[in-house]
Amino acid sequence: MSAFATTFADAFSLLATFDQRAMEIVALSLRVSGAAVVLGTLIGLPLGACLAIGRFPGKHALSVLINGLMGAPSVVVGVVVYLFLSRSGPLGEWGLLYTPGAMVAAQTLLVVPLMAAIARQVVEDTWQRYAEELRAMRFSWWQSVTTLLYDCRHSLMVAVLAGLGRAMSEVGAVMIVGGNIDHATRVMTTAIALETSKGDLPLAIALGLVLIAVILALNAVAFAVRGWAMRRYG
Amino acid sequence: MFPLRLRDVRFQPNGRAILDGVDLELGGEGITLVLGPNGAGKTVLLRTLCGLLEPSSGSIDWGGGGRPELGVTMVFQHPMMLRASVLENVALALKPHGIARRERHQRAAKVLERVGLAARAGDSARQLSGGERQRLALARAWVTAPRLLLLDEPTASLDPSATAAVERIVREIRTDGTRILMTTHNLGQATRLGDDVVFMSAGRVREHAPVQRFFARPSSEEARLFIQGELPWRMNF
Repeated sequence: MSAFATTFADAFSLLATFDQRAMEIVALSLRVSGAAVVLGTLIGLPLGACLAIGRFPGKHALSVLINGLMGAPSVVVGVVVYLFLSRSGPLGEWGLLYTPGAMVAAQTLLVVPLMAAIARQVVEDTWQRYAEELRAMRFSWWQSVTTLLYDCRHSLMVAVLAGLGRAMSEVGAVMIVGGNIDHATRVMTTAIALETSKGDLPLAIALGLVLIAVILALNAVAFAVRGWAMRRYG
Repeated sequence: MFPLRLRDVRFQPNGRAILDGVDLELGGEGITLVLGPNGAGKTVLLRTLCGLLEPSSGSIDWGGGGRPELGVTMVFQHPMMLRASVLENVALALKPHGIARRERHQRAAKVLERVGLAARAGDSARQLSGGERQRLALARAWVTAPRLLLLDEPTASLDPSATAAVERIVREIRTDGTRILMTTHNLGQATRLGDDVVFMSAGRVREHAPVQRFFARPSSEEARLFIQGELPWRMNF
């Protein structure tokens, strides 16, 4: 058997036997990225909707900033979070550096602009069609935001999935603020980078397969839910 | 809120007069039909009364006070349908009234019975036909028990039976004590529903008269020509 095939066989073996080390890394990845996406959803989607329907000074500048931050390099975000959470930083006393909490914070900062930008576009299109009627019903600004978010919920799954994809696949920020500490802050992407550099390819490939499988499965579920919702609600 | 008095109301975006000095007085009861050719300013008048447009000049006196925020609502020609059930679409209108969710749904269910959509309460609103959508939109307005209801061509592009259903609901809403101001191009509908007619052209109210008198003896030449232009295929006066 070639080395290539052997590596893949070992990787599948790790997965089939639910290798404890691999499963621990997968579980932490899901916890950290899941928490970041939940926070990103709670912040990014309302922020996007507010940008879509709000009228306030600096709205366009904020939109440009958010669009720009969509492509912010994760290592830069990691350094910024590091500076805030380091012992001498403004939030140093929280003691979050090199903990999963710091990784959640960094990933949240990464996904919020992406989710807000997508939400702004989706909600803006709907707002143009609903604005007059919601105003005729005397909806407040915030009631309009929540109503539009509810109405666009199926389309906004794209924003959530995009955020999840970005959170799960990024490596730079979590490496900087998490430190890639074994049994503490090691997630799939940092573990893949480390194991590859060490030459332990089976674990790297096993984790890569899980990473791809998780993202594909979530996309498949979201696609199915969206299809059902479109048939049900139009 | 009534009598509602408009004095020299003008709406002139970019200098173009869409409402060009509207004077109008509405009492507290009945159905007033706003008639006039396309571009006369009928819809803009309704949107101005609803507060969706600010007049460039002139005054609107709501019976001595300001426009009551929750007492005036409007049904549009193409009403929006949220991606939600029929019941939720109706209950939605009560959100700004600070009513609890359960109560909103109970009230919405009662109104859906009155508009004949109770059996479809759980269906998606977007699956409704055009006539059913208008009935839903009327239910959404009715559930808030408005003092003034503004209807912008609610039966445009509906078939005769859907139109009849909408007209029946409009009459019931009126019976419940809501003042109705409605635009239409259907002169037959004006005679069936209206107590009085406001005839507009070129952004002005040319005539305001009881419906029978308006059609039998229009006082303005424009109104007479308008009626004659429509009558041969709409009515048999």
